[in-house]
Amino acid sequence: MSAEAELSAALERHGAPSARPTLPWRRIAARLVDAALPWLLPVALLALWFAGAEQGWISPQVLPPPQFVWDTLRDLASNGDLWLHVSTSFTRVGVGFAIGTLIGLVLGSAMGLSRRLEAYVLPSFNALVQIPVLAWLPFVLLIVGIGEPLKYILIAKAALVPVALNTLQGFRQTPVSLREVGEVYGYTRRQQVLEIVLPHAVPTLFTGVRLGFTKAWLSLVVVELVASSEGLGYLIVYGRQLFQLDMVMAAVIVVGAIGYAIDRLLDRLEAAANRHRPGGKR
Amino acid sequence: MNRTATDAAELAAVQPLRPAGRSRWRGLVLPALAIALWWLLSSLDIANSALLVSPAKVFDTAVDQVASGRLWRALGASLAREATGFAIGTLSGLLLGALLGLSPLFDRIVGPSFNTFKQISLFAWIPLISVWFGLGDVAKVVFLSLAALVPVVVNTCDGIRTVPPGLLEVARVYGFTRWQTVTQVVLPAALPSIFTGVYLALIYSWLATIGAEYLLVAGKGIGNTLIEGSEHFQMDLVIFGMVVIGTVGWLMNAAARALERRLARWTGRAN
Repeated sequence: MSAEAELSAALERHGAPSARPTLPWRRIAARLVDAALPWLLPVALLALWFAGAEQGWISPQVLPPPQFVWDTLRDLASNGDLWLHVSTSFTRVGVGFAIGTLIGLVLGSAMGLSRRLEAYVLPSFNALVQIPVLAWLPFVLLIVGIGEPLKYILIAKAALVPVALNTLQGFRQTPVSLREVGEVYGYTRRQQVLEIVLPHAVPTLFTGVRLGFTKAWLSLVVVELVASSEGLGYLIVYGRQLFQLDMVMAAVIVVGAIGYAIDRLLDRLEAAANRHRPGGKR
Repeated sequence: MNRTATDAAELAAVQPLRPAGRSRWRGLVLPALAIALWWLLSSLDIANSALLVSPAKVFDTAVDQVASGRLWRALGASLAREATGFAIGTLSGLLLGALLGLSPLFDRIVGPSFNTFKQISLFAWIPLISVWFGLGDVAKVVFLSLAALVPVVVNTCDGIRTVPPGLLEVARVYGFTRWQTVTQVVLPAALPSIFTGVYLALIYSWLATIGAEYLLVAGKGIGNTLIEGSEHFQMDLVIFGMVVIGTVGWLMNAAARALERRLARWTGRAN
């Protein structure tokens, strides 16, 4: 969207006459209200939760009071349990993601460079992709058992798919004009790939890696929920088994917070990678 | 923005990136080789393992499951749940997405909370859902609705927001009322994006169906067939279940894709 379009869209939304002179305090008040609006819903929900626990509308068995969840979170953090689970989960996601990304990059670029290989491999790849991680789980479980390799394989599979597909797409979208320039300069195939195709594919490639991480993190939770005796997902299941919902909620909060933080980080990295996009505006 | 990238990858996963022409047979080479190798290994009997079942045994299991009606019962139960959850999730998603897209105030109040909620892995909710709604069909449908809701909201809202400003100006020039603008300009322009959301909802709710059967173990379903096979070390049943799940997912994709093409033709004609 161009700047003008964005501006007119914004005007459209807020009703055009925003240039009307207003008193400064009124403008400040309006800005304060605007800043406070996003907090309205969470604060209301939290207040309701507090009040509900205080007044005993809901049994703490079903919905533990917020301060209870907070205490559990602090307990878990201070006695080191949380870090044990977090580090287990991180190791799994790290190993699985690294393997999956590596295979995905190799597979995707191989298919991107060779139409023939693509014709042989892509249909099988697409067929296997149709089977979700959870359906692979019992199969892999029977073959390798319930140990760490199970988690690595499933997380790697989850990361592999978007990485391979985006790499393939990235290699494909080299503009014809650039390729022609390469031909005019008499580039060898190696030069073509290294100096034209690859730099142009980087942003798409990065999108794939980023998606791969999101998928890997999601699968981690799923795999740990189903088959694990350690890790954040297990903490959720464990809390559920003991009927300690405070622990369940604390673990969900940690999972959400880590997922969110990493997503933000990758977002920044992706934006940085896109800024160096070749062929764009300089 | 990133959402669009996610969708693109998701959709690319189900669509051959290039029309298969003469070279279509090449795609069959690898699966044929794999099956031949599998047959060879299982008939040579080198690995004396119960896990290395022969293709014939898987085929027998498949015939048995189909003939005894167990497949249809399991698949029927799964699909009925999926349809219910998908319908509830999509309808509420359309409503929520439209509100977010059309009302800046509503977006300002609910948008950030929704985006935070979206970040939490859906499966992490299952233990809480199981406490609040039990282990039966209600809990599963709640979970499926949530799974279907998220992509519909995101894409509906995106579609409405990215309506070309030029179109809105035309509507203003013609003196359209707000209602007319929404029904005659905004919604038709947002339709492809909305459809993408519904399409993703269909896929997500299918994945969630399998997940729900895993984690809320009660009742019958195709996911339970898999678990049963896994618990009794019946590799043939596991492989059969995987094939069924993959095929159903593929059929849903194909159906949605055909519908999308028809829709595109229809909107193209309308313009």
